[in-house]
Amino acid sequence: MSSVSTAKTAPPQFDVEAVRRDFPTLSQQVNGKPLVYLDNGASSQRPEAVLLAMDRYYREMHSNVHRGAHTLGDRATNAFESAREKVQKFLNAPSSRQIIWTRGATEAINLVANGLTEKLKPGDEILLSQMEHHANIVPWQILAERTGAKVVPIGVTPEGELDRESFHCLLGERTRILAFNHVSNALGTINPVADMVAKAKAQGVITLIDGAQAVPHFQVDVQALDCDFYVFSAHKMFGPTGIGILYGKADLLEAMPPWQGGGEMIERVSFAGTTYNTLPYKFEAGTPAVAEAVGLGAAIDYLASLDRGAMEAAENALLRRANDLVASVPGMTVVGTAANKVPVMSFTIEGLHPSDIGTLLDQQGIAVRTGHHCAMPLMEFYEIPGTARASFAFYNTLEEVEQLFTALRKIQSRFA
Amino acid sequence: MSSSANDFASNPLGTSITLEELYDAFELLDDWEDRYAFIIDLGKQLPPFPDAQRTEKNYVHGCQSQVWLIHHYDKESGKLLLLIDSDAIIVRGLAAIILLAFNNLTPTDLLATDIDKLFERLDLFRHISPTRGNGLRSMISKIRNIAAAEIA
Ligand SMILES: Cc1ncc(COP(=O)(O)O)c(C=O)c1O
Repeated sequence: MSSVSTAKTAPPQFDVEAVRRDFPTLSQQVNGKPLVYLDNGASSQRPEAVLLAMDRYYREMHSNVHRGAHTLGDRATNAFESAREKVQKFLNAPSSRQIIWTRGATEAINLVANGLTEKLKPGDEILLSQMEHHANIVPWQILAERTGAKVVPIGVTPEGELDRESFHCLLGERTRILAFNHVSNALGTINPVADMVAKAKAQGVITLIDGAQAVPHFQVDVQALDCDFYVFSAHKMFGPTGIGILYGKADLLEAMPPWQGGGEMIERVSFAGTTYNTLPYKFEAGTPAVAEAVGLGAAIDYLASLDRGAMEAAENALLRRANDLVASVPGMTVVGTAANKVPVMSFTIEGLHPSDIGTLLDQQGIAVRTGHHCAMPLMEFYEIPGTARASFAFYNTLEEVEQLFTALRKIQSRFA
Repeated sequence: MSSSANDFASNPLGTSITLEELYDAFELLDDWEDRYAFIIDLGKQLPPFPDAQRTEKNYVHGCQSQVWLIHHYDKESGKLLLLIDSDAIIVRGLAAIILLAFNNLTPTDLLATDIDKLFERLDLFRHISPTRGNGLRSMISKIRNIAAAEIA
């Protein structure tokens, strides 16, 4: 899957049944059938450890952070800041000052797009790709509108990879910002981040990587990638909703103006003039989502407790099995067949609309996402209204892959 | 181009096929496969949708699939005629059920029809619940608005 997987002599063992027991949501019935949850790309489930950490936080240590002259305040602040350090290690960021809490990937991208306003002049170009999530398109369009800059998309190949030639052609004199996803949510493609960032950097271009779909699947090292910004959401990587991360290079973060004003982000406020707090607090106005930060820290600890190499191998096995079974469903076409993919399968079936597939799978207890996956420009490129998407996590089993295809064959033969 | 009475002439839903028949047929179906096969077949009873009417004005927003809706108020009978189209076969079938309930009624009778109750009775309510986001909810409001406008 990714280059981080370690080559082991014996196939790594991964006890998926044990792991499943850590996720309470997975052991339930839906429409009278055991739930098969294959919508992890939209949002994953949480392990018990995350639920317990958040519960414990509220029961034992909740108070506002960075404020108190009292014991609970200290406990809350410690829990909060130690979660930040976990994120720092998780991404291999140089310092926890460079880890900024946001509401999610979307807010992180908006923060950066807003902060870079001064860097753009009319005619400058923001290079994105045709396979971006709307969260990595619209904030840049808003920025472009405000500054007179232009948004330019890198093309995609029919297999669903970024078109290198298009990238090389478009990365030009006027390019100021390059923003694209590490992994495509609609297709599962893993993009060559380090290589593209190096080329952009050689021209002084600022780079932002949307890692929302990468961090649930493999380890990320922001120093090795050398990107200027990296963003993700906790809820897609087994953590809580309502919290996400912006990582940034220190000099860029220092130079960026604050985004929202309020408490916490200031050093001193007076009507004669206000001075701002240092990093990371400069970008964290207001009382933060403390319990959620603690929950994200617990999700990171949980992932660290697993053998990630074995986990990746298990995920690859799920995708391989799915690929092997495609031919068993007449009229099924996989959209996105890149060589390097996370376990995501987007597909169409002749004679059925994606929403039909979703409804008929739901009847059989199987949850997938259908539609344009917030990637309308990509659907436009493929000239399809949308796809059905099965997105797997490490807690999915080979039996569940089989169940998906048994269900698809039934749907196809009876209804298509 | 506005729709003509002709576009609606061959619609059996709410005319030759009735709601009572639907209830009776549905009662005999006990597994989900037969129920959905029935719904999909019902969608096939919808008369062809005139291509010229696939316009922005007639487009129902908020659906994953493409959905169109047109209407014609027949002054003579005082009844509202409706036609729906969708490129998703289940939405089309559910639209056919909506037409069974709503088509060929006076606007006053239409507004008095409790569509939620009907879908509950068929155990299909989740499909038109606002959480599903398949656009059937907005289709229903659009029809009710049309009826209300005819009365006003
Ligand atoms: C690639 C990608 N980027 C960004 C987002 C937005 O994430 P959030 O809604 O958590 O901010 C998503 C969510 O689907 C995504 O898949």
